[in-house]
Amino acid sequence: MSTEQNEHHLKESEIEDPQSDERLRLLAKDPKQMEILIGILFVVATIFFVVMMVVYVKGSQTQLEGGLMAAGFGCLGVGMVAWGKYLMPKGPFVEERHQLASSKEEQDAFADVLLGRGKIAIARRSALGKLLSIALGVFGIFTLGPLLRSLGPNPDASLKKTAWKKGIRAVTINGRPITVNDIAVGGFMTVFPEGDEGSYSGQTLLIRAGSDNITTMSGRESWGPEGYLAYSKVCTHAGCPISLYQQETQQLLCPCHQSLFNVLTGAEPVFGPAPRPLPQLPLYIDSKGFLRAQGGFSYPIGPGYWEIGS
Amino acid sequence: MEKLTTKDLLKNLKPNKDNKLSPQERAANAGRWIDERLGAAKGGRTFFNKIFPDHWSFMLGEIALYSFVVLLVTGVFLSLYFDPSSTMLTYHGSYKPLDGTQVSAAYNSTLAISFNVRFGLLVRQMHHWGADIFLGAIAVHMCRIFFTGAFRKPREINWIVGVTLLILGIVNGFLGYSLPDDLISGTGLRIMFSVLESIPVVGTHLAFWLFGGNYPGNGVIIPRMYMLHILVIPAIIAGLVGAHLFMLVRQKHTQFPGKGRTEHNVVGTPMWPGFMFKTQGFLFLTVAVLALLGGLAQINPIWQYGQYFPYKVSYAVQPDWYMGWLDGALRIMPSWEISAFGYMIPNQFFPSILFPGIAFNIFIIWPFLEARMTKDRDIHNLLDRPRDRPKRTAVGTGALAFFFMLFFASSTDVLANYLSVSLNLVLWFFRIATYVVPIVVALVTYKICIELQLAGKNAGRRKRFNVVIRTEEGEYVAQKSPAREGDMDVLSEHGEIPLELNDRVSHVIRQSADSIGVESKKSKTTT
Repeated sequence: MSTEQNEHHLKESEIEDPQSDERLRLLAKDPKQMEILIGILFVVATIFFVVMMVVYVKGSQTQLEGGLMAAGFGCLGVGMVAWGKYLMPKGPFVEERHQLASSKEEQDAFADVLLGRGKIAIARRSALGKLLSIALGVFGIFTLGPLLRSLGPNPDASLKKTAWKKGIRAVTINGRPITVNDIAVGGFMTVFPEGDEGSYSGQTLLIRAGSDNITTMSGRESWGPEGYLAYSKVCTHAGCPISLYQQETQQLLCPCHQSLFNVLTGAEPVFGPAPRPLPQLPLYIDSKGFLRAQGGFSYPIGPGYWEIGS
Repeated sequence: MEKLTTKDLLKNLKPNKDNKLSPQERAANAGRWIDERLGAAKGGRTFFNKIFPDHWSFMLGEIALYSFVVLLVTGVFLSLYFDPSSTMLTYHGSYKPLDGTQVSAAYNSTLAISFNVRFGLLVRQMHHWGADIFLGAIAVHMCRIFFTGAFRKPREINWIVGVTLLILGIVNGFLGYSLPDDLISGTGLRIMFSVLESIPVVGTHLAFWLFGGNYPGNGVIIPRMYMLHILVIPAIIAGLVGAHLFMLVRQKHTQFPGKGRTEHNVVGTPMWPGFMFKTQGFLFLTVAVLALLGGLAQINPIWQYGQYFPYKVSYAVQPDWYMGWLDGALRIMPSWEISAFGYMIPNQFFPSILFPGIAFNIFIIWPFLEARMTKDRDIHNLLDRPRDRPKRTAVGTGALAFFFMLFFASSTDVLANYLSVSLNLVLWFFRIATYVVPIVVALVTYKICIELQLAGKNAGRRKRFNVVIRTEEGEYVAQKSPAREGDMDVLSEHGEIPLELNDRVSHVIRQSADSIGVESKKSKTTT
């Protein structure tokens, strides 16, 4: 027996004579019986797959297909594991580990190859190396610069602008203009700048809070005619649409991360992670009773970003 | 040696009456044909002889691997029918409640996969469950590696590959469930835009480039995510899985200490045939479980959520479980942000970029961090029992508790509703408990580890008796029985107590012995 064979204890010669080694006996007490059992499992799996095929051809039924597929593969799985466990030599088998690291000499020889030859190839031609780096560097700059840049526009004023401008009417999602009598006190709805219905940045919460208890910030005295207040619907935390209005407490709730905003005090955040008030939209009511914007929002809408204040 | 031609090989493989070769000989000939071209015999033999330790915890990585296999196969099926486009159209499919509504092509084709493609819903749900189980298995597998110290030298590189796989899995999971363009995934995508946007200096550029403009972009995000989801990231994952397994074979498995197991061997089942049969069976079982889930347990019923519109949102917006900790972090973050010189580091940057950045970096450097702290730079092939490394185990359970708390914090609204308490209370509970609970868990874990060590040392050993003696004067005196072999405070000379613990163990035992002594003296004075 050679030493190399000794490393691995599973050898063909021994398999031919299982009695020679206790470890080569099968784990199953009665291998024949186990073989029959596994065979039955495989047959049952085949039947399950056949039935599954029939179900599929006859017009697909998700639950049945899933169940049959699971049953089929379950039988196969149990059978295979049993085969691998009970009809195999029970072991345990031992494998020796070898040191992963190479010997000092081998490491040195490798370093010689790498550095010794490298010196000849590279060190004496450092100028070439530099020129190559410059060429590839320029290509790198191209990929990370212009190429990436072409994926989309640079951030620009679009982060700060919405379609709301002086005189733009507030309309519903279907484009119907809102008049002063459309919402009763305590009511609210989502409105858009006319011509930009359904947009992300233009979505605005129009709340008729009534005139009681409103704390108006200085400079915003004329922004809420007839008890109407309009705030950007985009949460200042992570940008979800704020869709819950609690009339009793006059609060707006963002359903994503539960920031609460007080409608009566300029939608300032009173709870949760939102750091800034919802930007307010100054409104006026024209001679025909339509609600119109006096201008854009009081502050860039939505979550914060690096250039928000610039 | 006799020359073997390709013609011979084919002849050999064919069952042939004239062919006197036995099946074994035919197989050997086929093997020779390959070996003469690739020289595969030597390496192949070593490979087939590789030993796999028999311990259930080594199966966790297999679950991840086979879930990935299922993901690839089901993913190919889905890609045959999915249309990654946000072009809007009017829905006239078989799901009547949505008939006549405006939907995107992506949403439309996902509905078609669910209702019209045979096998479609089953495969779609197997794919979704597969992703959840893939990441679950990775997380539990990672715990096994962590708590048993399997990441130590020489396996640090493989630990890093594993952490990278976890990160890529999370990213690809997110991209995948964002594809159907339903109300919940669309909301998630908007949050992702806000997260990208929050990165200082380059954030808005990144977000604009990826989405093709300011949110919601110019319709490129779904095709771009699709390309990343089905090509780039799976390719990287597959490559890294290959590297993960290559290193595993090269370095051989770790094993728990036990009879006959040393730092220099591996004891268990050989690759061929035992392990290969078992692991093949395990692949079947993973498929079976996923088929059962995909067939019977509904997941992501997008027809109930509806098409995404940027001004719509629904109640109880929760991501898939592996994103839950990030959502929780977003929720419990106090309402702070930093503004100076006209520039801002916004609120969402801290919980969604900085925190996961730090967390994953700690994961990556942990093997080196621990080696530095313990000054243990030896090669380890034998695993630790978690109790024998109380500090590491405490750090691990503390970290787990932290992530669990964040995960539950992503359901503040649902919890408040379910428990009928105010949202305010729930949020403040999590803002505090997320930091307190992990500390408590770590301390308790540490204590339990120490106790388990002591219990282990004393297993099967007696406490020494206290013998009460009545003296001739009628006084009762408590005395300890003489020391015998097998008493708890008599240390075995064969060093059953690990060296590093020796001091502490004997100290504790001395203490308890002292306390018995004190008590017996007291009883003496009172009588």
